[in-house]
Formats: sequence, structure tokens, C-alpha cells
Amino acid sequence: MTERLPDMAFEDRMATVDFRVAPDAHITVDGDRCRGCSTRACVTACPANLFVPTADGGILFNYEQCFECGTCYLVCDTEGAITWRYPEGGHGVVFRHS
Amino acid sequence: MATDRFDAVVVGAGPAGSTAALVLARAGRRVALIERGPFPGSKNMYGGVLYGRILDDLIPRWWEQIPVQRWVTRRATMVLTPTQSLTIDFRNQAWGAPPYNGCTILRPDFDAWLAGKAVDAGAHLITSTTATGLLRDSQRRIVGVATDRPDGDLPASLVIACDGVNSFLAKEAGLYHHAGPEHFTLGAKEVLSLPRDEIDRRFGLTGDDGADFEIVGATGDVAGGGFVYTNADTISIGVVLHLPGLARQSRRPEELIADLKAHPSIAPLVEGADLKEYSAHLIPEGGYDAMPEIVTDGMLVAGDAAGLCLAAGIWLEGVNFAIGSGAAAGRTAVEAIAAGDTSAAGLAGYRRRLDNSFVLQDHKKLRGAPGLVLSDRVQRAYPQVACDVLEQMFTVSNPSPKIGAGRLAYRSLRAANVRLRDAARDAWTAVRTFG
Repeated sequence: MTERLPDMAFEDRMATVDFRVAPDAHITVDGDRCRGCSTRACVTACPANLFVPTADGGILFNYEQCFECGTCYLVCDTEGAITWRYPEGGHGVVFRHS
Repeated sequence: MATDRFDAVVVGAGPAGSTAALVLARAGRRVALIERGPFPGSKNMYGGVLYGRILDDLIPRWWEQIPVQRWVTRRATMVLTPTQSLTIDFRNQAWGAPPYNGCTILRPDFDAWLAGKAVDAGAHLITSTTATGLLRDSQRRIVGVATDRPDGDLPASLVIACDGVNSFLAKEAGLYHHAGPEHFTLGAKEVLSLPRDEIDRRFGLTGDDGADFEIVGATGDVAGGGFVYTNADTISIGVVLHLPGLARQSRRPEELIADLKAHPSIAPLVEGADLKEYSAHLIPEGGYDAMPEIVTDGMLVAGDAAGLCLAAGIWLEGVNFAIGSGAAAGRTAVEAIAAGDTSAAGLAGYRRRLDNSFVLQDHKKLRGAPGLVLSDRVQRAYPQVACDVLEQMFTVSNPSPKIGAGRLAYRSLRAANVRLRDAARDAWTAVRTFG
């Protein structure tokens, strides 16, 4: 398949999705454990692009536009780096057209 | 929160949970149906088609009521290489009339409709409420769930965990023994807006007819597949990506969707259509051999939480298995509550019910499918071989004479580095699995 860049900016893509952001993060990332990780599978695999590598070898993480799919903790091979639960009831992603 | 004890607490108002609650409520049982989203379906997306015949017994003439987008009368399986495509394109107008075969739906509409049936029958739907854990008695038997509502414990004789592909309840109960990434795929999808008549024109449809294309060879270095299907005035297009392969390479899910949309056989279908909603969800694709245990003292597991989903190449089904397993869980729960025994022994009928129904018979029959469908040869080599054979058959290379198909196939297999004995073994597996 010809490799294409997506036809729109990622923030515009995420702007099509309704999120009711919870006050507390439902995912926590242990930056110290991430610093030893060379695979960084979460960065590529997260469909919402919530994991951003930092210059010092850590991971910057944002829980607010999470699809709650679970891909990040399943692909993570660093024990205990990603702690994941469902957001507080009534919060998080709200699909309307899928 | 209600303080009267429920006979059963069903966690998750998706197709499995709402069906279980419907069956229990109709039997006169006090049932709570809890849903963490603000409304049923708000957390759910899927990749294609609802096969509704499983609803025949539960909701007679369901087709007159469900919030359908289109009835699928055109079903195509496509094999893609970067520049080629081979399509088996089947059309059947009989599927456009009762009792129908498959239809496209939007999950927020469909799931809310089915949950409404459970509510009409007397189930207590409690939305915006996340189950945070299991309640246990002094013998460690499951006796309800804790929720994130104030005073939110919901004690019950029985829990039915329909809490989806990540099922934290089944994991907490120790029922998952195959929870590694190799048993899951990520579905990522774009819903694209187009006027209804433009969709009709591009897909060759009229009236409420719909099309569903399933695609192999569309996901680059990642094992998986693609899909395109029609809703009333949107098109859904997406990819399904095996997690280990996705984790190993550098292209992101939305980039792989962009590749698919740019393929010469797909681009004309989606050209100029604006993104209405982007979504993603995990799929339990491990099949029969990756299923968790589904019965324990005080709890049954159904739907995606039980790993019930067929992603077997030519068959892609999930919502029907959720409804089928939810109904079996509900019926078993009714009997167990009446008998006053919700221990694992008292609930053992659930497994027997599933064993004797399409739910586990299909999963058993297709237990070899995940390994075959996600193998490198099926994903990459065979699509290339099939397209190359057809390219050479249809290329008139005069003055050279024509070459027979058998010899072309042999040559193409060699060019794709497929050993004949592997091809023969795959063919045998395919016959055994699908035959």
C-alpha cells in the first residue's frame, strides 16, 4: 500500500469525538519505568495518540481524549508502567455515530 | 441507589448485558443493568454488520423496530496489494426483505434500543455508573458489585459480567488465563459523511440496500484487515490491527486508515467525504482457545468479556454472539435463582447451553481460524500470489503464448517465497476450518 499521510491534522480528527472529561485521570503512567523502555509501543499503537515521548527519554501522557480501548496497557511490556481503569461513570468518550 | 437487594446485577448495557437483563426481567426477576456510559452504546463501536436472526425468539418481528441504517444486500471480500485488487462481490436481493440477513446499525442507536427493551420488561437501567470491583462474602463467593456511586454497592444473588473486551470483573475473578496482546486486535474506524444518493451511486445501491466490504492485505506490516460499509448517509471505513504487529512497527492506526483510503480500489468510494467521527475499540480475536472461564461461584461472563467474537476472515461476527451468550446467561440465571443455587455448579447450565448453540459450536469449528487468518502467508503472500496470477492471466503478452494457471500459481508462490508444503498445509487447515 502506498504510504500516505492522513488527510487531516490529528487534533481536527479528535475534535470529531465527544469527550466528557473526568476530573481524575483513569490512566497513570510511571515515567521512571518508561525511561528504561526502548520499544515505546504505546506511542505508535494508541489510536488517540495520547503518549508523546519527551527529550529526556520519558513519556508525556494525556488522559483527556482517551477512547478507553485498552491497547496501551496490552502492548506495554514494562511491568507496572501503565495503570489503567475505566473512568468515573458518565465520563470519558461518548460515541454518537459509530 | 436502590437498597432493595437485586436478584441479579448485569454489568454493561451492551448487546450481551441488555439481552441477559431482558430475559431475567421477563421472568419476573429484579435485575439491575448498570452502564458506565451516559447512555447504552456510548462506549461502543463495531466493524460492520449485525446479523439479527438471533433476535427472532426474543423480539418477534425485530426488523420492524430496530434502528437500522441499511440492509446488507451486497457482500464483498477484497484482497489488496499496493497496486492490485481481487474482489469476490456477491449480491442477493433476498437479503433486502424479511427475515433479512445482516444490517448496518449505529451502536449508540442499537444498544440504546435493546437496553430499552430490557427496561420495558422491568429491568432497572442505571447509567453513568462504573463497576469498580466484586463484592464477596466470607467464603469468597461473589455476591454483587461495588460501583463508583456514593453508597454504590449492589448486592445480588448473581452477577452477569458483560463489561466488554477488557472485562476487569472477569480478570478480578481470576477467570482470564489468556490476556496477552496476541489475543486482541485494535479496530480503528472513520465514519464519513456523504449524501445518501451519492452513497447509493458509488456502491450501486437503491432504497435501504447496503454494502459491506471485508478486506485482506490492507494493513501494511501489521496482520489484520480492513472494512468499508454503508450506513444511511455515512460510510464507515477502518482497519483491524493485531496488537503484537502494531506494537512492532512505526505506522500509526490513522496512517494505516489513510493508506487504505488511498488505494485505487477504495479511493473512489470515499473521495471528498468528510470525517464525522473517529473511533477505536479492542476486539477479542483469540477465538475458542483464548476464551476465559465463563462460570464461577456467583458470576457468569458473556459477550466480548467472554472473548466471544469471530474474526475468521470470511465471517466477521460479534454482536450476534453477544446477544446469544447474553440470552443463555439470562436463562441460566433465571433457573439458578429459582433453584436457590447460584454456585458454579448451579450455574453450570450456561456452559452447556452455549456448547449446544451456535455460540460455541461456531467458535469450536473455527478455532483454527485466528492463527491461519493472521499468519504472514494469508496476510501478505497469498494476496500477492492471487493478484499476480490474475494479472498474468489477463495480461495478453503476445507474441508469447499463454501460460496455464497452474504453472502461473507455482511461479507466483515461488516468487513470494512460499514453500509448496506450507501452501498445502494452509489449504488443508482452511478446508478443515471452513469446510
